[in-house]
Amino acid sequence: MNTLTVEHPMIPKPYRVQSLRQETLDTFTVELSSINGTSELPFNPGQFNMLYMVGIGEIPISISGNPDEPRTLVHTTRSVGTVTKAMRKLRRGDVIGVRGPFGTNWPVDLVQGSDVVFVAGGIGLAPLRPAMYRVLSHREKFGKVVLLYGTRSPADILYRKELEHWRARFDLEVYVTVDRALRPWRGNVGVVTNLISKSPFDPMSAVAMVCGPEVMMRFTVLELQKRGLVNSSIYLSMERNMKCGIGLCGHCQFGPEFVCRDGPVFSYDRVKDLLAKWEI
Amino acid sequence: MENLEPILTQHPFLQGLDQKDFDLLVGCAMNVRFDADAMMCREGEEATQFFIIRSGRVTIELHVPGKGIVQIQTLSEGDILGWSWLFAPYRWRFDARATELTRAIALDGRCLRTKCEADRDLGYKLLKRFSEILEQRLEAMRLQLLDLYSTT
Ligand SMILES: Cc1cc2nc3c(=O)[nH]c(=O)nc-3n(C[C@H](O)[C@H](O)[C@H](O)COP(=O)(O)OP(=O)(O)OC[C@H]3O[C@@H](n4cnc5c(N)ncnc54)[C@H](O)[C@@H]3O)c2cc1C
Ligand code: FES
Repeated sequence: MNTLTVEHPMIPKPYRVQSLRQETLDTFTVELSSINGTSELPFNPGQFNMLYMVGIGEIPISISGNPDEPRTLVHTTRSVGTVTKAMRKLRRGDVIGVRGPFGTNWPVDLVQGSDVVFVAGGIGLAPLRPAMYRVLSHREKFGKVVLLYGTRSPADILYRKELEHWRARFDLEVYVTVDRALRPWRGNVGVVTNLISKSPFDPMSAVAMVCGPEVMMRFTVLELQKRGLVNSSIYLSMERNMKCGIGLCGHCQFGPEFVCRDGPVFSYDRVKDLLAKWEI
Repeated sequence: MENLEPILTQHPFLQGLDQKDFDLLVGCAMNVRFDADAMMCREGEEATQFFIIRSGRVTIELHVPGKGIVQIQTLSEGDILGWSWLFAPYRWRFDARATELTRAIALDGRCLRTKCEADRDLGYKLLKRFSEILEQRLEAMRLQLLDLYSTT
């Protein structure tokens, strides 16, 4: 699925921080631009970069910007540990290393004519956002488009303004739910999988793209199957620890697949036997 | 008065029941409506009904001292609210509040219990359907408890 080849894939290129925006308490979005002359940074929705914080470490982060605006590289990251916490402290003008883009992409171009259902959990909305942009920029080529997004609480809703903007569109169905909420919240409460049974898509024609914690994806697949989707119409983005990002070191091996090279986006029928297994 | 039978016979929750079952159910059913913010049931009160939500939105909530009102689940069109009428001591375990104008069919729990005792076949069919709902809610609750999106 990946049509982009990367020159010198093991050598990080320097990128300058254009802005860093706090999205929620533990999540931020950083915008980067190249400092060695490349003005365009083409990528396909679903691909990731290896981001290198000098002297600290390198991590895979999905690209969450608009593939039709490739001058700026956008990454939304949740601070969980050493590297991501250091990234959170970046300031405008700082420089980090970037390798990529790597990996397979969401099958947006292959599924024209179908209904498209995006199911995102938590930070999983970030890797799906470029696919949303792509679908919306060619809206007339798709059937119904539905986004189901679940997160922890109202304060954890990612890209809130954008979600509100999308909800206002007549050609898109957006449903947001939170796992818990206190009283003033007037939106939906409950797990994202609850939204699937009532979603307005045709299971015979729909293709689902799912991203979130693995347990959430497993239960999402069950609900999609209950609605009648076949395994080959369900796509998931898998996360495994990575080192090289290009299929050399074996760090991300997932059964016979290397997540960095053969994924991170897989159709469910390719990973169904592995998904239920603990750390492979 | 609206004839509730067509609504009951078309509801997925009651699919597969016989005509005689519907004849019994209709005798225990009535149309109800709740304005936005009206309480549909309160924790501790006697659970005399369950509701088939026809339109609107309902939140199941619980007052937690020190935290306030915690919302646990939102229900909407097609959902079933309440199973406390089925199990002794027949008391609501949660509050349920309509968050917008909500229309529902209320089924009288005492009336149904009596009919289910007399007609075990109907009792079994209803219990099977409620068990399915309990299973779905339990699964959802387990996922909520896992706190999947937390960083810690
Ligand atoms: C293909 C791919 C795409 C990814 N895209 C994104 C993205 O767009 N945004 C983003 O925020 N993250 C993304 N991740 C996850 C990200 O790579 C990790 O969160 C990151 O490597 C953690 O590095 P760290 O040094 O900050 O944490 P570490 O110091 O390595 O770990 C600190 C703690 O965080 C836990 N941890 C590590 N990874 C995760 C995780 N993924 N989720 C929850 N806890 C974790 C560890 O178990 C440990 O307890 C992606 C991962 C992959 C494989
Ligand atoms: S990260 Fe090295 S093989 Fe995938």
